[in-house]
Parts: sequence; structure tokens; C-alpha cells
Amino acid sequence: MKVIYTDVLVVGGGLAGLRMAIGAKRRGHDTIILSLVPPKRSHSAAAQGGMQASLGNVIKGQGDNEDIHFEDTVRGSDWGADQVVARMFVNTSPKAARELAAWGLPWSRVRKGDRQVIINSQKVTITERDEAQGLIAQRDFGGTKKWRTCYVSDGTGHAMLYTASDRAIAEGIDVHERCEALALIHDDNRCYGAIVRDLITGELRVYLAKATALATGGAGKVYRVTTNAVICEGIGHALALETGVAALGNMEAVQFHPTGIVPVGILVTEGCRGDGGLLRDIDGHRFMPDYEPEKKELASRDVVSRRMEEHIRKGKGIKSRFGEHLWLDITLLGRHHIEHNLREVKEICESFLGIDPAEKWIPVRPAHHYTMGGVRTHHTGESPHLKGLFAAGEAACWDMHGFNRLGGNSVAETVVAGMIVGEFISDFCDEKENDIDIPMKLAQEFYDREKGKLQSLLNSTGNESAFKINTEMQEIMTRSVGIFRNGEALGEGVKQLQALLERSRNIALTSKVPGVNPELVMAYRVQKMLKVALAIAYGALQRTESRGAHFREDFPHRNDKEWLKRTLSFWRGDSTTLPELQYEELDVMKMELPPGWRGYGAKDYIDHPDTAKRQAEVEEIRKQTEGQDRFAVQDKIMPFRDKLPASLRERNERIDEPLN
Amino acid sequence: MSDVQKNTAPGGQSRKNRLLTFHILRYNPQDPDSKPHMQSYQVEEAEGMTLFLALTEIREHQDPTLQYDFVCRAGICGSCSMLINGRPGLACRTLTHNLDPDITLAPLPVFELIGDLSVNTGKWMRGMSERLETWVHTKEQELDLSKMEERMDPDLAESIYELDRCVECGSCVAACGTAQMRNDFVGAVGMNKIARFKLDSRDTRSDDDFYELVGDDTGVFGCMSLLGCQDVCPKELPLQTQIAFLRRKMISAGLKR
Repeated sequence: MKVIYTDVLVVGGGLAGLRMAIGAKRRGHDTIILSLVPPKRSHSAAAQGGMQASLGNVIKGQGDNEDIHFEDTVRGSDWGADQVVARMFVNTSPKAARELAAWGLPWSRVRKGDRQVIINSQKVTITERDEAQGLIAQRDFGGTKKWRTCYVSDGTGHAMLYTASDRAIAEGIDVHERCEALALIHDDNRCYGAIVRDLITGELRVYLAKATALATGGAGKVYRVTTNAVICEGIGHALALETGVAALGNMEAVQFHPTGIVPVGILVTEGCRGDGGLLRDIDGHRFMPDYEPEKKELASRDVVSRRMEEHIRKGKGIKSRFGEHLWLDITLLGRHHIEHNLREVKEICESFLGIDPAEKWIPVRPAHHYTMGGVRTHHTGESPHLKGLFAAGEAACWDMHGFNRLGGNSVAETVVAGMIVGEFISDFCDEKENDIDIPMKLAQEFYDREKGKLQSLLNSTGNESAFKINTEMQEIMTRSVGIFRNGEALGEGVKQLQALLERSRNIALTSKVPGVNPELVMAYRVQKMLKVALAIAYGALQRTESRGAHFREDFPHRNDKEWLKRTLSFWRGDSTTLPELQYEELDVMKMELPPGWRGYGAKDYIDHPDTAKRQAEVEEIRKQTEGQDRFAVQDKIMPFRDKLPASLRERNERIDEPLN
Repeated sequence: MSDVQKNTAPGGQSRKNRLLTFHILRYNPQDPDSKPHMQSYQVEEAEGMTLFLALTEIREHQDPTLQYDFVCRAGICGSCSMLINGRPGLACRTLTHNLDPDITLAPLPVFELIGDLSVNTGKWMRGMSERLETWVHTKEQELDLSKMEERMDPDLAESIYELDRCVECGSCVAACGTAQMRNDFVGAVGMNKIARFKLDSRDTRSDDDFYELVGDDTGVFGCMSLLGCQDVCPKELPLQTQIAFLRRKMISAGLKR
């Protein structure tokens, strides 16, 4: 049994994992990253449009600050977010953008003077300030009051990932590529590392660590049509779930992105609409203003996706052999803009559709895009249930997105959470009391267990195909747990998934080779994915309200009175086929922004009994603190600064807000 | 453009689907009994079919042992470069309808073979990055993250991104005459990175420092100007210009020594 020791084991080599590892390494902790693929191939690369950071450099972002970013984020979440975490996030995001700039990221920069932009389908001339020349530029995105999304053309995630990955190489951080964690080593209280399989040789190894951090991204592949990469299978979620100790939060909160191209579901960025692109129907009619007169195409993603599906249901979709779709029109932006600021979009349209988007409209329909739910953690990134287990990025639920994430907030979250959790992991490792006695007996037990599982798959005489079960799972999820949900379909879906999970215990392989064996990989992964799918579907069935991306046709209202709470799912034991759900109340009396209307979408919701009281309280504090600066006022309403690592508590300088 | 477009979904009119034959170079170095050989598979073509979709179909329905690498399947991660009818390219965004019905697939040369169509580009690229130090080298100073960022000329930022679009897919290395002959050659991917950091005003390295990294036969002076790299780059990077520019700079840096 080969054993590797380290202080910090980071599972996942995308942006969140890389940034966490850099933080831990810089604090002097031995750090190893495990990655399914070379880190630069991670799905972070697919974030095209940009990263939200309230720098306020461009004229349309003037006056932007943490307060506005905070409100946009909380409204976007439909009040599902943890507001303290949202505050920590918005204060750190400008720092993360500036750190990346210093590390070499080629952010698109502001050019002073006049420029033409498209706003609400009109050509408008705006004038950038002289003093903004050469600072990081921002573009418009959905669900935001100001232009806040910092970008690198439309290859933001790619450029960020390369910068962070090269930084990790510069710091000498070890990345064990093509390695996959099969299980966390743990007892009832403490996580000690992972059992890891080398995907080239098939070798099983034990990694023992003081702190183990999951940064494994989303779970899109439980759906059939998803913008997610092939490797986004929710395995990190499953690793935590299978401990039976750690919990997943809000798994029913699943985002569908309005503009997946038809039929393959590849994403074209929200930047298309942010820069002025329009959605059109079969008649060429721009329909979003009919539904959302204020934000139009730039309402939050959950709202735009639902409106699109609603419009298709009215018979306004374009029929094709791949089902119905709508059009995304960016022709009005002009060729120059498309070739400079939307070049990945252009390449995707040329390669996969054979069209030139400067000439023709793009066929789009909402596709699965993002997993808001994740491993439930404290604001420090540590699991409240399993000591020594951390999570960050899409794999985590700490919980800044609630029931809907804003565009540009996920790639921002990866680096922000990486910075914050990297510090807290380091604090954790610094504490003498967190030293571990090497748990060899436990490691051996987990090693034997995982080895046994692989062997029994190889020896199985069952009659089920791993690939077929995977396809069936994706079909069930797409059919029953999509954009519009109802009790009947969800109930049916849950039953079918349970049956599928039982069948998955009978998977047999046609190829018995022990080393590289794609069928074996599919087999053990689909057994894990089914548990994640069940956490999503069962959570959705039980939540009898509509909030953010979770929309129940049979319970169309947001119900703060009954449902202002976070779903926790636990998986207790190998023989069960359902997660155990618990609920964690959100405390309205501690909120900075009590629940209300989001500014787009449905206006009717059922209030929480505390909302009016808290609203009055907040207003009273504002009255009492009148004349004080915004930081002092905010601190009175909901203090958060002491929750941040000391190195990240400072304010952020802006053109209009110099530091004293 | 306000009129309704006569835009049809990809693929256009339906006609009888072609039967595609894939000839794939198979070899599993982990298996002592495995010998390199060609194996053929037949797949019915579908509308909008890419090599990603075709290979997935082969693995799921015909041969679960077939090895290949896909991640984003959207042409942005660089995982899936392989020899497609002898020419390096990204399989995920290669549409079968642009190819003859007989399609030959082989792994990229130069890189360590993992099995079948899967090669270890990650290991090669990490080695290249370590050797060429492909990160911005800045003055040693504590970064104050609460302060405004340093300014950069917008055109310079765009020029850097132009070179930063490289996805390290390895196509340029596989298409390179020098790389076939000497395994320490940094390839167009490496030289493009040096050109990128040389351009970057934040990087404090001098031409002399870059000369140390690429001023010999493993770098700019190893290039035979065959420029297969530029022909196959899926991101259409201006590799020819970058190599020529870098070579000129390195000659003058070398002469000053």
C-alpha cells in the first residue's frame, strides 16, 4: 500500500483548487493537488464572459461598490444566500481581480474617450473618463445594477486559469495529474485524506493529510443537455455525501443558462446579451421586453430561462429536428466587436453550427449550467460536520449563491473562495490541536474497502451496463428535474432514480482489464452520480415553493414563511436509496437585506413573519447612522469584517473612492 | 436584419446518413500483450456529428476499452488533439461531414502515449512551463490588494491576450519537424509563451534573461522554419511572426554578449 503524506490535499485543479493551494503553500504548508486532467484543462476555462468585481472603472460602472454588488447577489439568490458570506465575497472580489492583474492576467482595459455601445438595441455613444485610462474594464451582465463584469475578451476563465496555473507552477506546487479520489478517509468526526486511483496505471494510493479540500466543480453530467465539461460529474459532492457524516446544501438549486446552442448545449456567453445581443422568436420578435420590461434580456438567468421556455410553450419557438429553440441575435453588435470581444463565440458558431454570428442568428435554448448546491461549509470553507474537510468553488455551498447565481459571480467565487479558504486552511493546519496521529489502521480499512469495490465490479456477473444506466439517469433528470418542476414528475423521477441506483449495484463490465479502463471508471462514477442526482431530485420534491432557479408549477410562489431555509442532505449507509434531509433556518433578524422583490421576475411571495420587523429595524439603524459613511452604517446593520482572514479585511480603492 | 431569417438548424436538409468507417491506431502500453495495430469501427453519421460524438458512440456501444481524452468538448480546453487523417487537430470540434467517410485517427506523436488516442500532453506542458518559467516575473514586493491596479495600455492587453489564447493542445509540437528529432525542443507553444511574457510590461525579465531560456537549438535556433505549427494551430495564433520576431531579438541579444 503506497502512502503519500502532505499537510493539505486539494482535490481538483481548477481555479478554486489552484488558488487554495497557492494560499496554503505560501503559508508554509506542504500541498498536493489531485486533478483528473492537466489543471489547464479544467472546466474553469469555460467561463467566458467575465468576473464580477466592483471596481467601477468604466463610466457605466461609476458609483459601483461592495454595497451594490452585495444587493445584486442577494436579490439574484432570491434570498437563499448567506448574507455574511455574500459580504465577504464582495469585499474580496476586487482584491482577487487585482491580484490576478499583478500575476499577469491580461484583463481588457479601459480606453479613454468616446466609444459606441449597444444598449437596449440602440447605438449609444459613451465617454470613458481620462482618469480611467488603462484600468481594468467592465461589461454589463444579467441581474446587475452597474457594469461590473471584468473580462478578458470572452476568454476570461481561460486566461484566469492559465494565470493561476502558471502561478502554482511558479510556487512549485505538486499536481498529481490524472488521479481521481475514490473515497475520503474519515471516522465520525475527522477527515484524514483520500483513497486515490491513478487513471493511467490503475494503481490505488493512500493520501493522508491534515486538511482535505474539495474543489471538484459542478455536477452537470447528471443531466443530458448541459454546458458543463465531460468531467463535471459531481464526484466531489458524492465523496462528501458518501462519508455519511458531511452534508450537501441546497442540491435542488440548479441553474439553467439561457443560451446553450442547439443541439449540443455548448455555452455562448451571457456577454452576448450584456454587450447588447437580443433574444428573438419564430417571428423575429424581440420578446423579453414583453415579459421583463425593466431588465429585459438581462434579468437573472433563472428568470430569462423560464421566460424562454414559457415563450416556446406558447408556440413561438422555432422547430428543428433537434426540438424547438429560439434565436440569439448578436448581428447588431457588428463584426468588429464580435471579432474582438466575442471571438470564442464566433469560433464556436463556426465550428459547431457552421454559421457566422456577425451575419446570422444563433439557435439557443436553456441548458443545464451550474450547481448552486454543494458541500455545506462554514464561512471558513470547513464542513460543520466533518473536521478537516474543506470545500470551495462550485463544489461548495458556503453559501453565496442561494437559489440562483448571477453571471460572473462563479468565476469570481473560485478565486475569492480560494483566497479566503486557503487562509483558513492554513490557520487550521497551524493549530497544534489539529495535528493528527497517522491513522494507519483506518487508512488500511478504506484502502481495502475501495480495492474490494473495484474488484467486485471487475468480477461482477450482473447484467447492467454502466453506460446505459448513465444515459437513463441523464434522461430522468432532464425530464423530471428541469426548469419547470412539479410534484408528480419529481415523485416519479425520484422513484426511477432509486430503481436505477439499485440496478447500478448489478453493473457488470465487458472489459475486465484492471489498468486504464474507461468502462470501470464509468461504473464507479455512475454509482456516485446517482446519489448526487437523488439529492437534487429528492430535495426538489420536498421543497414545496418556488425560489430562484427552483420553480414548482404546483407551488409557484416563493414562500419565506415556510421555506426560508437551506436543505441539507446526508447519505446514511450503503443500502439506502434516499438521502436524509434536514433543514437549516435562515435568520431574517440578522439579514442586512431582508427579503423582498428582486426587481425582476414574479412579484408575489409569501412573507416571513420577521421580515417587516427586521425591515423596520434596518431602517431605524439607517436613520440613527445618518451622516456616517457607508462602511459604518453597514457595520451597524450586519458586521462581517471580523469573519474575513485579517489579510483581506481592508477596503477597496476606486477612482471615486480613494483610500485615506 | 429585422426580417425573419431563413436560418435553418445546423446540418440543413436531411438526407440518407452516411456510414462512417473509423480506422483507429490501438495500443495499450500498460498491457504487455498489447501490440500496436489498426482497428476499424463503423458508425452511422448523424446531423452535426463531431469526432467527440462519434468516438463516444464507439466507446459506449462497440468498444468500452477505447481510450481518448475529451473535457470541454467545445474547442476551448485543448485536451483532444489527435492525428485526424494524419493532421493534428482538435477532435471535439471536427465535424464528420467535413471529412470523407473513411477516417483515420492516431495519437499525437512526440508526447508520451497513455493508450490509443490519449497522450500525456499535461506532463510535457508542465515540463515546458517549469523550464521556460512561463509566469510573470515581478519585482519582489508586498502586493497591496486594496490599492488600485497598475494601468496597462488597452492595445497591449489585447496583444497579450492574443498570444494567451494558446490552449496547450500540442498540435504545434506534433506538427513540428524539429520536435520529432530532438525531445528537448520547446516547440512553438514554448516560444509563443516567451513572446507573450516578453511583450508583457509587468514582466521584469530582460532579453538577456530570455536568451538564457530559448537562445539555443532547444529554442529559437532549433526551428527549421517549416511552420507546420502555424498551419495546424486551432486558435490560429500568429506563430510564424512570433518565432521570427523572437529569433531576431535573440540574435541581437546573443551578439551583445
